[in-house]
Amino acid sequence: MIYVVIAYLWAAILLYILLGGADFGAGIIELFTSSKNKQYTRTTMYQAIGPVWEANHMWLIIAIVVLFVGFPEIYTTISTHLHIPLVIMLFGIIARGTAFTFRHYDAVVDNMQKVYNKIFVYSSFVTPFFLGVIAASAVSGRIDTGAGDFLSAYIFSWLNWFSITVGFFTVAICGYLAAIFIIGETKDNNSRIRFIRKAKQMNLAAVVFGALVFWAAHSEDIPLDEWLFGNAVGVIALIAALLSLVLLWYLLLKKGKVYIIRVLAGFQVTMILLAITLRHYPNIVILKGGQYLSLMEHAGQEKTIWSLAVALLLGSIFILPALFYLIYSFQKNKGQWH
Amino acid sequence: MNDFIAARSQMALSLGFHIVFSCIGMVMPFFMAVAHFYWLRTNDVVYRNITKAWSKGVAIFFATGAVSGTVLSFELGLLWPEFMKHAGPIFGMPFSLEGTAFFIEAIALGFFLYGWGRFNKWFHWFTGVVVGVSGLVSGILVVAANAWMNSPAGFDYVNGQYLNIDPIHAMFNDAWFSQALHMCIAAFAATGFAVAGIHALMILKKKNVRFHMQSFRIAAVFACVAALLQPLSGDISAKDVAKRQPAKLAAMEAHFHTEAAAPLIVGGIPDSKAKEVKYALKLPGMLSFMVHSDFHTPVTGLDKIPEQDQPPVAITHYAFQVMVGLGMLMLAISLCYFVAIWKKRSWLQNNWLLRLFVLATPMGFIAVEAGWTVTEVGRQPWIINGIMRTADAVTPMPGIVYSFYIFTAVYISLSLIVTFLLYRQIKMVDKLYDVSPSF
Repeated sequence: MIYVVIAYLWAAILLYILLGGADFGAGIIELFTSSKNKQYTRTTMYQAIGPVWEANHMWLIIAIVVLFVGFPEIYTTISTHLHIPLVIMLFGIIARGTAFTFRHYDAVVDNMQKVYNKIFVYSSFVTPFFLGVIAASAVSGRIDTGAGDFLSAYIFSWLNWFSITVGFFTVAICGYLAAIFIIGETKDNNSRIRFIRKAKQMNLAAVVFGALVFWAAHSEDIPLDEWLFGNAVGVIALIAALLSLVLLWYLLLKKGKVYIIRVLAGFQVTMILLAITLRHYPNIVILKGGQYLSLMEHAGQEKTIWSLAVALLLGSIFILPALFYLIYSFQKNKGQWH
Repeated sequence: MNDFIAARSQMALSLGFHIVFSCIGMVMPFFMAVAHFYWLRTNDVVYRNITKAWSKGVAIFFATGAVSGTVLSFELGLLWPEFMKHAGPIFGMPFSLEGTAFFIEAIALGFFLYGWGRFNKWFHWFTGVVVGVSGLVSGILVVAANAWMNSPAGFDYVNGQYLNIDPIHAMFNDAWFSQALHMCIAAFAATGFAVAGIHALMILKKKNVRFHMQSFRIAAVFACVAALLQPLSGDISAKDVAKRQPAKLAAMEAHFHTEAAAPLIVGGIPDSKAKEVKYALKLPGMLSFMVHSDFHTPVTGLDKIPEQDQPPVAITHYAFQVMVGLGMLMLAISLCYFVAIWKKRSWLQNNWLLRLFVLATPMGFIAVEAGWTVTEVGRQPWIINGIMRTADAVTPMPGIVYSFYIFTAVYISLSLIVTFLLYRQIKMVDKLYDVSPSF
């Protein structure tokens, strides 16, 4: 049963990166769109994510609940030592969710829209950035559970170049996912070309920040290359990601099917997550001094894991068909509403 | 303010904020479903407009409730890591089920809000009902988790170890039913009175009277039925608390001395030092009767509880008085309303009844906050009743005071914006929904 729980945790994290990430990306793209195209971009994005955005963010809740029920020590270690980036991320989540809803449901359209837009785009940037920082800090080996002073216990646990570059990398990935997704939502060739350009820029940004992540890891003595290339599966996953990226751009310029392109983009991110997590499995938090918090050793008692797994399996029976039907129905007749 | 008080204040603030939005988010879908049903059955376009107008409010409240709920799932660990380390695996069951319920709610809300004219109309109506039902289930599950803190179950506590964990038993602890029942009815009463009050005000202002009258009727019926049932559920709760948490009951009643034929103390100023309540109205034997259904059975007072295990008496007592007082007022208004419906139709034309409803607009939510204060402050100094002290659960990170200040600023601004949005929604009813300019 523990494997069921771990699989769900991994899947929830992956789906949050893919769906929630594309959702954040919508705001990131809006942030980097010139003002003359902003309104069009906004409308297209809104049509794409309006009905599903609430559901996209549920994956984070699933992941966090799995952590605090099944792996309380991991949850409490992270929330104690990464308190500050977590709180900033939470403010981002509050600001983004409310601004997105408020701008659509404000009965009067006036200057307040500008305020909502500003809040929405900046929080769309800040939230995934800190998500990246938190994820990187969990494996960076900087969390010092025995630290005596404030700075090393609560600041340097996350404030380092490795975490920061991973933060930017996450933002670029989100923007990339959103741009790829939106290409399939456009109705005319001009905007299609514009979003392809956006996707290229985001892809480039991801490559640049990816390279910076390696540089930061190297200069801060984090054996990232060993983690990624140290085992066959990791290497294969990364090669698969690279090949699918080439295929994606080939298809995109050939005006291939949008669904294949979306699947390929999702596949790349999945492979990256697989490569990163597999090497450490079952450890998910690396502490200072090389200690680990492990999904196996730090799991809750058997009965807890058992009932958590049952709850997750039961939940999926209800959630998955409904969610697929939701996405399916709004994809089928897109643009027919509002 | 020290970090411990700051952490408690931040938690209280976050929960106090979230509780309003989640109540509205779980109750409004039922009001909408009724209006929606009338629209589908009668083709009266006003009902469609009411449904649409309410659904915009629900979208705003649901989104705010969803993000503040997400924040809470993190705050549990951010502020109370020691508690979550031990409690997470025991009382996590309702949370993992709640994840599902909440997920379903979000999916159904997507169908409902964006589904006008796109699906079979009864399927569309049904998705609205699903939003309400899954919201209610979420609420019950979260309250069940809170009930576990009042009435810990599903584990053996041996030498500081939490052994033989049974999450199912923990979920169905002794307090879950009485607490969930009381909370659900409270949500209906509070939301109902708030909505009815706002529409009553608009009727009095003679604006879009037909629209507001039909809205008012739906909300008022829900509110009044809930207000009539609530004293019964309150009675169940009081007897239950007396049995499980005598310290909490004693604090609620400011009952300092254990005595037979214990009096019910109404109002007054409790003095913890002198162990007496000044200026209170004392109804002899009533507390004994309320708790034990007998006028003479003794009721445990604070004198039987060790000093270090006593909750703050004054806050708990005042909050309890506020909750009960407002509950009684809402009960009285409900009785008037039912008399008006069945016996005195003329009262419905009279402004005084509507004015009463306007007056009652905030009452339900003030009562909800007061009741929440009673159950949380009344449990102190424990975070897990009788097992773990709140002070032992708090995060070791210093500087929580600043975090509290920032959270306060954020929640205050959010409340202001939501109020502002609601005001604009109501102001726009003229332009968006009015189909009867002759009114």
